[in-house]
Amino acid sequence: MKLLNAIDKHILQTVAGMHDIPQGAYNIRKNGEGVSRNSTANIEIRPKEDKPGIDIIVKPGTKGESVHIPVILTAEGLEDLVYNTFDIGEGADVLIIAGCGIHNPGDKNARHDGIHNFIIRKGARVHYVENHYGEGDSLGKKILNPKTIIEIEEDGYAEMELVQISGVDDTKRDTEARLHKNAHLLVTERMLTDGDQFAESKIIVELLGWDSSARIISRSVARDKSRQIFYPVAVGMNRCRAHVQCDAIIMHQAHVRSIPEIAANHADAQLVHEAAIGKIAGEQLIKLMTMGLSESEAEETILKGFLK
Amino acid sequence: MLEIKNLSLTLEGDKGPVEILKDINLVLEDHLLYVFTGPNGGGKSSLAKVIMGIYKATTGSIALDGTDITELGVTERARLGIGYAFQQPPRFKGLTVGELLQLAAGEDRKVKEFSLLYDVGLCPQDYVDREVDVSLSGGELKRIEIASLLARKLKIAIYDEPEAGIDLWSFSRLTDTFKKINERFDTTMILISHQERILSLADEIILIADGRIAEKGKRDTVWPLIMGEASCINCDECVEGNDEVAECYR
Ligand SMILES: Nc1ncnc2c1ncn2[C@@H]1O[C@H](COP(=O)(O)OP(=O)(O)OP(=O)(O)O)[C@@H](O)[C@H]1O
Ligand SMILES: [Mg+2]
Repeated sequence: MKLLNAIDKHILQTVAGMHDIPQGAYNIRKNGEGVSRNSTANIEIRPKEDKPGIDIIVKPGTKGESVHIPVILTAEGLEDLVYNTFDIGEGADVLIIAGCGIHNPGDKNARHDGIHNFIIRKGARVHYVENHYGEGDSLGKKILNPKTIIEIEEDGYAEMELVQISGVDDTKRDTEARLHKNAHLLVTERMLTDGDQFAESKIIVELLGWDSSARIISRSVARDKSRQIFYPVAVGMNRCRAHVQCDAIIMHQAHVRSIPEIAANHADAQLVHEAAIGKIAGEQLIKLMTMGLSESEAEETILKGFLK
Repeated sequence: MLEIKNLSLTLEGDKGPVEILKDINLVLEDHLLYVFTGPNGGGKSSLAKVIMGIYKATTGSIALDGTDITELGVTERARLGIGYAFQQPPRFKGLTVGELLQLAAGEDRKVKEFSLLYDVGLCPQDYVDREVDVSLSGGELKRIEIASLLARKLKIAIYDEPEAGIDLWSFSRLTDTFKKINERFDTTMILISHQERILSLADEIILIADGRIAEKGKRDTVWPLIMGEASCINCDECVEGNDEVAECYR
């Protein structure tokens, strides 16, 4: 493996929980190129031939294995665009840890646009964790624009954890999912913005198949002058169930817009949405203070729990 | 020991300032169990909140073991050993019962969450990892609130209507727990209650009505008042023939 410095290692730890070279398949991308890659007997990672990015092919029936695919950006002025395709074979059950960390040392922007395509084949299960993170005090922005397209075949299941807690100045996330017969999807999104940051998240789930189901749970905290916009959409095309839940805590001079939409095109579609924006409840703060926490400790505790 | 002198509380209501507590003088000794009782809206919870520092007294003073704490905020009073279990506890998304109890116990003490939950009649295995959110029933939330006070080593422990919403089976376990604490520790226990069985635990009953201490004494002195043998204690507005008499506390 090409040498990774202390900053790289710190980022790998933050976005992918990696302390060392991970077990199993992995691909580490740094400043626009692959620096280290490993395939296993059941999981093959190969570079795309026509464009930047990799194909991750999980053999049918693969169980209990994991894939780490972190991305590191440590140079200013870089615009990294990458296409990744995940082909999860029938009956497989895998964990995918993705994540992108930007350490921007300069005054020019650093940006990573990741376009992820998931094909989750019959009866396969995927747990996907994506952590976005930025650091560096310089003027250059840390920008992350992920686009994720998910196709879940019959009896498939995907759980997507999308987390962005710190340091990303600008983000536009786009997530599209198509669910076939008896396919299930759970998306949990956790977001914290502060300073002048901006975050927009669009999630569209199409429930095409009989008895498919989806849950979208978004929790966010907007501090300082940051702005957030959420557009979760569930479209029921068959007998199906969907639950969209958007919850935001707003603080200081932040702005939050939450625009959930549910659309039913079948009489047996059961779709629910809930959206709430509010500040931290005064009683919650006081309760924790009556247990000896200071006001700022109480606030911290409430936000941490909320974004867990 | 808690000493309250000439305390009053005026809060801003919809139609201007409202005098909630008037001329409260009270000495609460270590190791004794006090029950605050009296009509709805009489001022019991407000007095508890003034002791906890949630409301700031408009006039008067409060001293804990001889030290004036009138100017201290909630956190500081909590750290001195005052605790309050809310009549209507708040819920927390993402915070588990176990985590809440650990926060209550403080960083340097390993909380015995299992025995605490048992003491309030909840099966520990079923609850310790549950979130303190809307998924809990009212009675469950209330018991966890009580446990969060039991988790702490306190000089003054105030339980605001601990019996509310709690079923009969768990209720006797709860009263046993209160008795046990009262026997074993020096804590000054204050139970705010309308319940006869809680009143019967009291070393002293304090009757609070219309923002004042209407009566204070041993069970035998105060009981007749509560049971309606004495005249109306809530206010002097209701006279015979007035329809509002029916609403009056006897
Ligand atoms: N924050 C507030 N602002 C205005 N009025 C208040 C406030 N808190 C309490 N009050 C009023 O003070 C009075 C006393 O309320 P308190 O909650 O102390 O009564 P209580 O004795 O605990 O009654 P209950 O038995 O119903 O719990 C009530 O008339 C109530 O409406
Ligand atoms: Mg009350």
